[in-house]
Amino acid sequence: MPIIEVDNLSREFQIMEPVGRFRRRKKAVHAVRGIDFTVEPGEAVGYIGANGAGKSTTIKMLTGVLVPSSGRVTVCGFNPVPQRKALARKIGVVFGQRSQLWWDLPLQDSYPILGAMHRMSEADWRPRFRDLADQMDLGEFLTTPVRQLSLGQRMRGEVAAALLHRPELVILDEPTIGLDMISKEKLRQFLDAERRDNGTTLLLTTHDMSDIQRLCQRVLVVDDGAIAYDGPLTGLAEVTGAVRTMVVDLAAPVHSAALFSLPNGAVHEGIEADGIRHSVTFDPRRLSAATVLAAISSTAEVADLSLHEPDIEHLVRQLYGRARR
Amino acid sequence: MASPRTTSPRATRDPNTPVTNLVLLKLLVSARLRSQLAYRGSFLSDVAGQVLLGLTEFVELYAIVHNVSTFGGMTLAQTLLVFGLASVAFALGDLLLGETDSMSETIRSGKLEVLLVRPLPVLLQLATSDFQLRRVGRLIFALAALAAALLLTDIDWDPAKMVLAIITPIAGAAIFCALFLGAGAMQFWILDGRQFANAFTYGGRYVASMPGAALFFPIQIFFTFVIPATLVAYAPSLVILGLDGPAGIPAWTGWLGLPAAVVLGGLMLLLWRAAIKKYTGAGG
Repeated sequence: MPIIEVDNLSREFQIMEPVGRFRRRKKAVHAVRGIDFTVEPGEAVGYIGANGAGKSTTIKMLTGVLVPSSGRVTVCGFNPVPQRKALARKIGVVFGQRSQLWWDLPLQDSYPILGAMHRMSEADWRPRFRDLADQMDLGEFLTTPVRQLSLGQRMRGEVAAALLHRPELVILDEPTIGLDMISKEKLRQFLDAERRDNGTTLLLTTHDMSDIQRLCQRVLVVDDGAIAYDGPLTGLAEVTGAVRTMVVDLAAPVHSAALFSLPNGAVHEGIEADGIRHSVTFDPRRLSAATVLAAISSTAEVADLSLHEPDIEHLVRQLYGRARR
Repeated sequence: MASPRTTSPRATRDPNTPVTNLVLLKLLVSARLRSQLAYRGSFLSDVAGQVLLGLTEFVELYAIVHNVSTFGGMTLAQTLLVFGLASVAFALGDLLLGETDSMSETIRSGKLEVLLVRPLPVLLQLATSDFQLRRVGRLIFALAALAAALLLTDIDWDPAKMVLAIITPIAGAAIFCALFLGAGAMQFWILDGRQFANAFTYGGRYVASMPGAALFFPIQIFFTFVIPATLVAYAPSLVILGLDGPAGIPAWTGWLGLPAAVVLGGLMLLLWRAAIKKYTGAGG
């Protein structure tokens, strides 16, 4: 049985729009319009879209914070709003921008309270907490008040808080926003392990393509309140004809792009740093990075290189362009 | 490696103890208390400030009574009884639900969503997450004023009056809890409603702590039968002191505190539920 079932789900908001100087008129804004999807237990799904595309509204409807205007939502077998408290025991929610920890207390003091809220006895929550603290390296700052933690430390604490009651489904809203590379990586590794070991279902919204690449086999792209794509990440890149970018730093400057005999499908994009840095885009389905690098190396000595995956905004923009044509 | 330090003073308890409501409540309140003690200096100055505030309020009343010898038909000591009862009731109500006052901020900052995704009633979380210990300062002052009033007034005690004297602060606290709850609920509709809501809570306290006979007749009626502020302290004081009330607040209303608290409390709880429903219906 699917853990999330969303059937023709819509949500509109009434906003007051000024008309003339004093009068105001009601206007309906459609935040989510007739979306359908299901998520099976153990899946990891990335939910992406531009700001205002309807991501947060969907998440609010899944967690019981907001009633749908029409359509049906079932999460862990519950109807979220009427069965909000029962649902709260089955799911863990992390809002990247908000804290559910006790701000003025040492980090470790939040967990007994959260455990009690979920009616877990000490024998029940304590081992789980040790596990979480262990896997996410909370040890060195457990006695630090939450308000003094760095964002990365706090986020790890938040995720541990959301997972303490062993939820079947974890919903994360922008969990890696503002984190440094190391914190991001730690968090991703942990979430991935949690899913593999305990079969926890993950649904996350993010702006970071690498979150999706590392964690999710499936992506849902929402645009203007509707699902624009539902499938594997590789498929998304294929559908949008996404290109990778190779940036090379040469040992000696080369000032003209024409000097490189790039293979078909690779495009020289620009020169920076007085001819030292060159960027080349190529279609990964037609060319390998090695072929492109070989072509460049035959002209000039390459001192350094980096490869960039298409960023999420770019992919999504491409997808929207296609959907609208 | 998880820290071996114990996280709470519960180390001696059997770790398999099931979590009862009482255990949970204790944990929530103690967390709140420790949070406030985290800033010791500001905590102490807060407590002192609250005592000072109570004192100022009393000085204001004193200044009036001192100049007119009786205020709304009451002597200074009798006025002090009204003031003491009202202050104890308000301090208790404020201690429990005073933070619903800043509901619009809780909504705007998104904190309400965090409360909504936990398996506990929002109201319980609010009451415990914002248990303002510094308001204890106000309660201490209020209790002192009440004790002084009981010593200074000549009361012809009988069992009924004793019962009333015990019920009154509890019923009064419940009335203020209900007013705070209503004030919080109101802010779901009027997002900048804090000032408006304060008119009922702090305004109610102001009316409750003065002799009701000093009020204009329609105001007497309003603050007795619509917003039961005079029922918090003045009306019961009339009964305890054996005085006759003014036209709008007859002495028999002294026994209306508890029923009024139950009715008002029930209504405000309904309003609160409607407010939460409104939020989940409209998303803030």
